[in-house]
Amino acid sequence: MSIEVKNLKYTYNPGMPGETLALDDVSFEVHDGETIGIIGHTGSGKSTLLQHLNGLIRPDSGEVWVDGQCITDKSAKLVDVRRKVGLVFQYPEYQLFEETVAKDIAFGPKNTGIAEDQMEKRVRAAMSIVGLDYDEIAESSPFELSGGQKRRVAIAGVVAMRPSVLILDEPTAGLDPAAHDEVLAMIETINASMNMIVIFVSHNMADVARLSDRVLVMDKGKIAMQGTPREVFSHEDELSSMGLGVPPVRDILKKIKEAVPGFESDALTTDEAAEDIRKYFGLK
Amino acid sequence: MIRDITLGQYYPGNSVIHRLDARTKIIATLLYIIELFIVNNFWGFLIAGAALAAVIALSRVPARFIFRGLTAVFLIIAFTVILNLFMVDGRVLWQWKFLKITYEGIWRAAFMGVRLVLLIIGTSMMTLTTKPVELTDGLEKLMSPLNKIGVPSHEIALMMTIALRFIPTLMEETDKIIKAQQARGADFESGNLFQRAAKLIPILIPLFISSFRIAQELALAMEARCYHGGKGRTRMNEIHFHRGDAIAAVLMVIYLAVIIASRFITFNPF
Repeated sequence: MSIEVKNLKYTYNPGMPGETLALDDVSFEVHDGETIGIIGHTGSGKSTLLQHLNGLIRPDSGEVWVDGQCITDKSAKLVDVRRKVGLVFQYPEYQLFEETVAKDIAFGPKNTGIAEDQMEKRVRAAMSIVGLDYDEIAESSPFELSGGQKRRVAIAGVVAMRPSVLILDEPTAGLDPAAHDEVLAMIETINASMNMIVIFVSHNMADVARLSDRVLVMDKGKIAMQGTPREVFSHEDELSSMGLGVPPVRDILKKIKEAVPGFESDALTTDEAAEDIRKYFGLK
Repeated sequence: MIRDITLGQYYPGNSVIHRLDARTKIIATLLYIIELFIVNNFWGFLIAGAALAAVIALSRVPARFIFRGLTAVFLIIAFTVILNLFMVDGRVLWQWKFLKITYEGIWRAAFMGVRLVLLIIGTSMMTLTTKPVELTDGLEKLMSPLNKIGVPSHEIALMMTIALRFIPTLMEETDKIIKAQQARGADFESGNLFQRAAKLIPILIPLFISSFRIAQELALAMEARCYHGGKGRTRMNEIHFHRGDAIAAVLMVIYLAVIIASRFITFNPF
């Protein structure tokens, strides 16, 4: 399983007032089992790019290949593409509509033609992946749940289609810290245990550093930078000129470096930083 | 798809038409609508069409933008035309079982079609060239004499402002929900009418819930800023009539006279 994006171009409102070039010659590849973090200023084209990956938007020019199949081709069967590439929108809980959680999660699989007798198994599996208890909430209304639970129900609705690629647009936006951590842990599990390609957009640099194998930086419809989190976050000045930042732990390390000559660390996460600090100061 | 509906949208500009007082444009549009129903032959429509074309040219709104709005209501126009085509009695031209097309039917269908197109384009010219806020301000001012007989003009204007303000928001919301459901494999394009109607449920329910959420947030935001209705409320920008409005008024009177005169043109090449 791999994704190949070649020279994508897309313009909103062509020929109208408010014409904007949303994607300008975007190319990149995603390999099997990778987790890709996409960062970029608001309006840099991230969401537009995501919607190209499952055929919701057709590019003006360029191609998207998923698993050796060109999905931008007119003859591509979009339902198959959408089963293969699961896309979770921003605030996905706003798409919930069924009477019960189980029925809502079953909506996607039903559309892709899963038999009724397989459904409960599917829904159970999807709920356990996102960390929800089937017996407890499957029969309750999705509108009675808490914000974090609703979010997970909505994600389960996409996971239940068993995609090989899971795309999430700001999966933790608007969640409280506890729910935030749960969603992050869930993404890690999905990537590790099911070997799914995960592509996610986030404004939280600490999350990006923690989850991603590679980071794509978008700026004004172009890919401005790509590489491992360590590579990307070492370009602090360039990132800040694009209105982006680095994980907060970097700022602390910078202060320590200034105060303690000889101390070195290029840690990205709090755990790595703690390790480096312990080592330098000879603590246990 | 859903973004193509330009009805009720504003096209930013600074043309003569844009600068007219909203009240002038509201009255002109009302007159224009009434006149479209005074017209009883195609000569009248020709005059109305020419006047409309002049307004469009003056407004500098691209014709493409205006006509795109028509595509959204195309179904209504087609429905009216077809209904008229088959329902009018008269000299029969073509018949098949109970369906028949008459001479008078064709004439009436064309007449209704043209009237609807002129009506829609004409009214959309008002919203295209007037900011929603100006429009409702104008409406409020126009209705304010009715306050004395208990018409809540401020509240009506506010309701319209909110409705207009949230058209694009709700369209965006709808677009998002459609896409989210499509990403879950929903297919809105196949099936018969009833199947398609049933498929709208996954769009309509989230949309309803969104509208309630938006309404509640807006109400809270208004209360937080001490909104308490129209009484004693002043405004930052008072609207005034200018020379352009006087010219427009004169032109409107002339236009009205011409339209009434057009009823008496009996020359009919058909």
